[in-house]
Amino acid sequence: MQWETVIGLEIHAQLATKSKIFSGASTAYGAEPNTQACAVDLALPGTLPVLNEQAVRFAVKFGLAIGAHIAPYSVFARKNYFYPDLPKGYQTSQFDKPIVGLGEIDIEVAGEVKTIGITRAHLEEDAGKSLHEDYQGMTGVDLNRAGTPLLEIVSEPDMRSSAEAVAYVKKIHTLVQYLGICDGSMQEGSFRCDVNVSVRPMGQEEFGTRAEIKNLNSFRFIEKGIAHEVERQIDVIESGGKVAQETRLYDSNKDETRSMRSKEEANDYRYFPCPDLLPVEITAELLDEMRADLPELPEVKKQRFLEQYKLSEYDADVLTTQRAIADYYEDAVSFSDGETKLVANWVMGELSANLNQYSLDVAASPLGAERLGGLVKRIADQTISGKIAKQVFEFLWNSEVTADEVIEREGLKQMSDSGELGKIIDQLMADNPTQVEQFRGGKTKVLGFFVGSIMKKTQGKANPQEVNKLLQEKLKE
Amino acid sequence: MSIQSEDVLKIAHLARLGIQQEQVEAYTSDLSNIMKLVEQMNQVDTAGIEPMAHPLDQSQRLRSDVVTEVNQREALQQNASDTEDGLFLVPRVID
Repeated sequence: MQWETVIGLEIHAQLATKSKIFSGASTAYGAEPNTQACAVDLALPGTLPVLNEQAVRFAVKFGLAIGAHIAPYSVFARKNYFYPDLPKGYQTSQFDKPIVGLGEIDIEVAGEVKTIGITRAHLEEDAGKSLHEDYQGMTGVDLNRAGTPLLEIVSEPDMRSSAEAVAYVKKIHTLVQYLGICDGSMQEGSFRCDVNVSVRPMGQEEFGTRAEIKNLNSFRFIEKGIAHEVERQIDVIESGGKVAQETRLYDSNKDETRSMRSKEEANDYRYFPCPDLLPVEITAELLDEMRADLPELPEVKKQRFLEQYKLSEYDADVLTTQRAIADYYEDAVSFSDGETKLVANWVMGELSANLNQYSLDVAASPLGAERLGGLVKRIADQTISGKIAKQVFEFLWNSEVTADEVIEREGLKQMSDSGELGKIIDQLMADNPTQVEQFRGGKTKVLGFFVGSIMKKTQGKANPQEVNKLLQEKLKE
Repeated sequence: MSIQSEDVLKIAHLARLGIQQEQVEAYTSDLSNIMKLVEQMNQVDTAGIEPMAHPLDQSQRLRSDVVTEVNQREALQQNASDTEDGLFLVPRVID
């Protein structure tokens, strides 16, 4: 039988605020356990939540970016369950009146554009962390993360393959970083996603029973986790069984999903409006302000890069995936006298390779856009060759010098003078009569030997085009 | 809708409330009475009336995004029955 996969996603984006959603404790990552958990986060009696303005603004910004309806009034609700890393015994979330309503986003898979619906996005608080390593047979609880603002972004079940799901997650990942509302780190858990997967016979209207997969903390795991889960469900059904509605954990070591807990109590969260918080009002003024504050979005930027810089589809895609990279690129272009394609190559090549090697964000690059642009300028005007430029790049990466200073200091200027190069070639031909004969006898491959020898002699500084031209002339004489 | 004794036990379990078997009947009756009152209120025609999320007719005041809390771990953990390496220790929970 032909099966169709149906996928919906819940993405939790930690909002990049300095303080928590309902308290003035810091949200900085990596602090000593419980040093950023205040009385409110610990749910001590008598404490009350006060909502963080920035979290609200970030949610509105996201809503505007996906063309969603922003609720003029949204309501916080309590989602009740017990777990040690949730001190209040309920998570303050939003239920039937979320801040962001129905919106949509376009994804592209194999050249086809598809619109994915976003059901809603709501504000809520994160829980703490339980550490199950052995503390004398007990569980350790760190509440630093408790109360960190989250935006939960819920998609419609609009995706039909793991490729579409990954494209969607990447799209949202790029978007929240563009908006500056989430740092997007999947390793640190500031961007997490749960995937709802079901299968149904092709052509059937009704959805199959879905399983929710958790712990998919990289794009690759999302793809593999879904692929595995789809296979498992089809196996279950084809062997006469029934898929259970449950939460499954993805185990990347074994590449499989396994049952975590049955969701039979799923509808027993007993949501009710939080009496400690009043309805959140979004005024028309705030909407206008946020709309004016929206940055150029990835899609629009990509189109502009295609037109303004005449880049290929691929280059424009790569360069606009991160806003910081796109900004760097544009800066570098302006300092290179408009060498759009060459700068693209260097940003996507040498620079990216070095950033990856040292695990740096472009914002932390030791080589700024101005100096990279300066280097590209010297390649474009033929002061140095592309090969020498790689040496210069190393200098620029490792110290604060400019390309012009390095070229001058290290004597790396390209030799383009035909008289000077001519002398070297004459000498080389005199020293190697056999090879000259071979060339003249039709073995044009020996040209490589001459080029190589000249490069060696000039320490790579000879202008390759000039060398080629002169060699052709002299060898044919 | 009336509340059955199983409902009382289930609600108590979800809320982690320990109730004695002999109390179940009283709770069942009390809660049923509350539900009756709700039913009665449901009779009122509320068409065209904006649902109310909070009895105060105001909207939420917001706080600027500023860190105002300092580390008070030592003081706050004095209430804890057990701690180690700065962590609160609780009976083992396994997912």
